[in-house]
Amino acid sequence: MTRGAKTLGVAFPVVWVIVTLLLPYALLLVQSFWRLKAGVITHEFTFDNYRRLFGTPVYPHTILYSAGVAARVTVASLLLAYPLAYLLAFKVGRHKQLMYMAVIIPLWVSYLVRAYGWKIILGTNGILNGLLMAVGLTHAPLGIFLYNRAAVVLALTHIYTPFALMPIYAVLESIPASLKEASQDLYGSRWRTFVHVTLPLSFPGVMAGCTFAFVLSMGDFIAPQLLGGSDSALMVSNLVWSLFGVAYNWPLGAAVSVVMLLLTLGLLWLASRLEARWNYTGARVGAPAATA
Amino acid sequence: MRWSTALWVWGALVFVFIYTPLAVVVLYSFHTGTIIAWPLELGTLKWYGVLAHDRGMIAAVWASLKLAILAVVIALLVGVPGAFVLDRAEFPGKAAFRQLVLLPLILPGIITGVALLSYFSFLHVSLSSGYPVIPGWPVVIGHGAALTSIVVTQVFARLQRVDRALEEASADLYANDWRTFWLVTLPTIRTAVLGAALLVFTLSLDEIAVTFFLIGRQNTLPLEIWGLLRRGITPEVNAVATLIFAVSLVIIVWWARLMRDPHST
Repeated sequence: MTRGAKTLGVAFPVVWVIVTLLLPYALLLVQSFWRLKAGVITHEFTFDNYRRLFGTPVYPHTILYSAGVAARVTVASLLLAYPLAYLLAFKVGRHKQLMYMAVIIPLWVSYLVRAYGWKIILGTNGILNGLLMAVGLTHAPLGIFLYNRAAVVLALTHIYTPFALMPIYAVLESIPASLKEASQDLYGSRWRTFVHVTLPLSFPGVMAGCTFAFVLSMGDFIAPQLLGGSDSALMVSNLVWSLFGVAYNWPLGAAVSVVMLLLTLGLLWLASRLEARWNYTGARVGAPAATA
Repeated sequence: MRWSTALWVWGALVFVFIYTPLAVVVLYSFHTGTIIAWPLELGTLKWYGVLAHDRGMIAAVWASLKLAILAVVIALLVGVPGAFVLDRAEFPGKAAFRQLVLLPLILPGIITGVALLSYFSFLHVSLSSGYPVIPGWPVVIGHGAALTSIVVTQVFARLQRVDRALEEASADLYANDWRTFWLVTLPTIRTAVLGAALLVFTLSLDEIAVTFFLIGRQNTLPLEIWGLLRRGITPEVNAVATLIFAVSLVIIVWWARLMRDPHST
């Protein structure tokens, strides 16, 4: 290859990433300092958007509310994913690969289908109500299952559990059997071996899984709109959605997005620091979607 | 012993939890009633018939397919050289390049969506430009930009495991760089490239968050379904969801086999 061809090979992807990613994200930042005058975006510098964002209780509230939803989803995903990852890594023998694929296949299968399934299960005429009436627990269908925060948390947990599982499984897999054997040779019970050996060694995976579940569920706007009813309006991503849509206030929407972006990057940075500190096994657990 | 039993029961329950909503959607696509309600009455294919005559849905399928193919082309054109850059090139700002290319994978889609919407609006590019040949340039570029990260990570992971001695051997035998690339390097990353293309294709078919902000006149399939869902639910949605499920499953199983193939490097 000539020198020119090589330079082109480097320049092309770099330029593409600058033009299609760096500039759009940068413009979002710039736009968050622009002023909206009588419904028209003007390129005048102002702090008004941020002043309004932090000065009006409703905006910080949506961020906290979303973080609350994301925290619930994270804890639930972890409780579901960790035991299953442990099972796959240590207890399942021959069909390990197949079972692992079975857990993560839904990740790549229609998001909308997964969220929509819950609507059929939880709805007034849904399966849950049907079952409850069939066993006589209630006589009339209940409307309490759908269109609230619990439904959103349930669906998001369903969507992001395989996500949380991937890095946890990767780390558990990489723990050398000799470490557990050493603990057992020293008369550590199974439980003590788990608490003092396996669990601490799996922290980097847990950290990565939690970060992804938290960040992605906090930024989700589709499941909340489908299943959250009026509660979905309280999600920060829905606020962005409406500011860039019907409410038509792009600069304010950009400011909210920038706050979300910084929160996300901050969390990722923190997680990578903690991961590095706890990483005894040398396993690479970052970007689980990429290593699927 | 009791602990281990509890673990197996828990694992089985998680499997049930993961697959129940999918099973429900598929089963209700054969529901004879007009509204989706309990009890389930299996035994009709009429909703697939309704689907076959839904012009809006068919147009959306074509738009989604075109979009997914273009996204694959762009993601490969940029992602494969991008992976080589990460593996082999040294230049100032390389770390920043790596972070940036992975960003759409990690950030909530809505942020990438509104950033690109603002960008195209600022550049005065109409969301319908290129329509009706393609669904619109902004959405095509948006998918390409967001999904390049998939190709980069997949191909980069493979390159890290490639034995560079093979390339050196080729050079020692007086093959020039191009011949080495075509005859040695490319065959070793072939399955990774194909696998990444399959992933990008399925992810593009399913993408909503970025698409939602960049779409012009013509809806993609997920957005068309999204519109139906917001108006109320009919078994037709289940029929189309079942088809999407089946197609994604075939592609993913193909991908998984490709990745497990012991003959691939």
